[in-house]
Amino acid sequence: MLNSFKGLGITLRTFLGKPVTAEYPKQHLPIQESFMGFPVLTWDPKVGEPYCVGCMVCIRMCPTQCMSATMKDNPLQKEGKSTRRKIVESFEINLGRCIVCGICEEVCAFDAITMSHFHELATVARNGRRVDLDRLLDLGKEYQHDSGWRPPTEIEKEKLAALKATQSAAAVAAPSSAGPATEPQTGGGA
Amino acid sequence: MTQARQLQSLDMMVNMGPQHPSTHGVFRMVLWLDGEEVVDVEPHIGYLHRGSEKLAEDELYPQIITLFDRMDYVGNFNSELAFCMAVEKLMSVEVPERPQYLRIILCELNRISSHMLFYGTMGLDAGAMTPVMFGFRERERIQRLFEATSGARMMHNYFRIGGIKEEPPPDFKQRVAGVLGELDAGIDQCDKLLTYNEVYLMRTKDVGRISGKEALELGLTGPSLRASGVPYDVRVYEPYSLYNRFQFDIPVGNNGDVWDRYAVRVAEMRESVKIIRQALEQMPDGGPLVAQGVRRIPRPPKGETYLATESPRGELGVFIVSDGGDKPYRLKVRPPSFVNLQSLRPMLRNSYVADAVMILGSLDIILGEVDR
Ligand code: SF4
Ligand code: SF4
Repeated sequence: MLNSFKGLGITLRTFLGKPVTAEYPKQHLPIQESFMGFPVLTWDPKVGEPYCVGCMVCIRMCPTQCMSATMKDNPLQKEGKSTRRKIVESFEINLGRCIVCGICEEVCAFDAITMSHFHELATVARNGRRVDLDRLLDLGKEYQHDSGWRPPTEIEKEKLAALKATQSAAAVAAPSSAGPATEPQTGGGA
Repeated sequence: MTQARQLQSLDMMVNMGPQHPSTHGVFRMVLWLDGEEVVDVEPHIGYLHRGSEKLAEDELYPQIITLFDRMDYVGNFNSELAFCMAVEKLMSVEVPERPQYLRIILCELNRISSHMLFYGTMGLDAGAMTPVMFGFRERERIQRLFEATSGARMMHNYFRIGGIKEEPPPDFKQRVAGVLGELDAGIDQCDKLLTYNEVYLMRTKDVGRISGKEALELGLTGPSLRASGVPYDVRVYEPYSLYNRFQFDIPVGNNGDVWDRYAVRVAEMRESVKIIRQALEQMPDGGPLVAQGVRRIPRPPKGETYLATESPRGELGVFIVSDGGDKPYRLKVRPPSFVNLQSLRPMLRNSYVADAVMILGSLDIILGEVDR
């Protein structure tokens, strides 16, 4: 009978200890920084337009085919304000179908789509899970504001520049021993 | 004549599932009972069939990884690993060391979290409510680490053909070491709580026995086979990835009953902790995360390959036929849960109906993998 009482002792000790659970609707567990919520479209505040050019790469790579988009000529480019020749006209994601796999973020070459921290999907409207361009951009702006999002290619460029700087400094210090520069790896495999 | 018929006793047919909380998913068992004793059982599967294998024929290789996440939804990393390594074998890709170590660490953590789920549900099946709370407490630590690493708690989509998706967080090593420290204490506590509890011993000892010979004949693999005394572990007998670099034991049982299947899994968690400790020590700090020369949409050369890995449930094999295109011509999975389910009938025969749920639970099947 001894072991049963030992087990009871453990239960009792845990009962008196600090609870490890959170009461969900009232209390949220902290979200990890790299958490992948639903995809949202990002906003380029410098120009005042979305990053997305509607190139459809993400749409073709999406395993569940839950997105659709169209592109148009960029009016801001004619005015000389933007360097993007094309821009997204409409964009729709059916979040009820999205499996939050992160492939769209990975394949987009324009930093235009990112996995936000938005994850609570309950809606009252029947079609509430089909989100259009405006809503996606709103969610994107919110996420950009909350998390201090910066375009990954920019970060990558900075890293590359920093690496080059240290390498050239090393080459100046020891010109004979400097080997061939190693290319930094990016995830996903080019 | 009428009198004779009255004296004759008939077997009763009882339908258990598919909507039954103890069948670990949507699984239906038809039991024939003679009083309290199970005479025969017929498992009905297919309620969770999504046609993953067929679906894979129409998906690009990187997209198939998401399908594998959803097959064994408790050992996601292990399923991903099996598929990625099969494609790598087909393409003869040499994966760099750092991603290999990261994969092993994540897979072993996943094994612990999967066994923790088993531990909890095993307690529930035997009628003990508390273990599931403890199991989930330990699982949560690992799950949080997964979330920080891959961005998702369950459907990670983190492994890539030729490597992994992205750099783990900078404090990954410290966090894993921290979680391991907590797990050491946690596993001990779980062990003390249930393993030698007298009531639990009475319920599980000598229940659902299967001999090693019979288990081998039925194709049982994984902890359920090792509980019958056969020390077969793919990680040791056919070391894949870098598993030949680690020192660890294969826990085996000798009776092949429910308790042994449970105890082997608890012991296995400790071995996994050992493996992760060694991997953390050996892991290089920098280096590429994906193999050179693997394109985003790989096109493996024409051919076919089979690769077996040890998932938390047993031998998980992936067979791929490629016709040189960007989609597989045929993909076949050898799911350990499905094959292990074959031994349900010999185990259940002549046992009591009250033990049926426990015997099913001790096989640790995942219906997502059984039905695919
Ligand atoms: S989100 Fe990126 S990949 Fe998708 S259409 Fe826009 S620019 Fe193209
Ligand atoms: S996260 Fe995956 S499923 Fe969702 S929209 Fe992006 S690619 Fe499609």
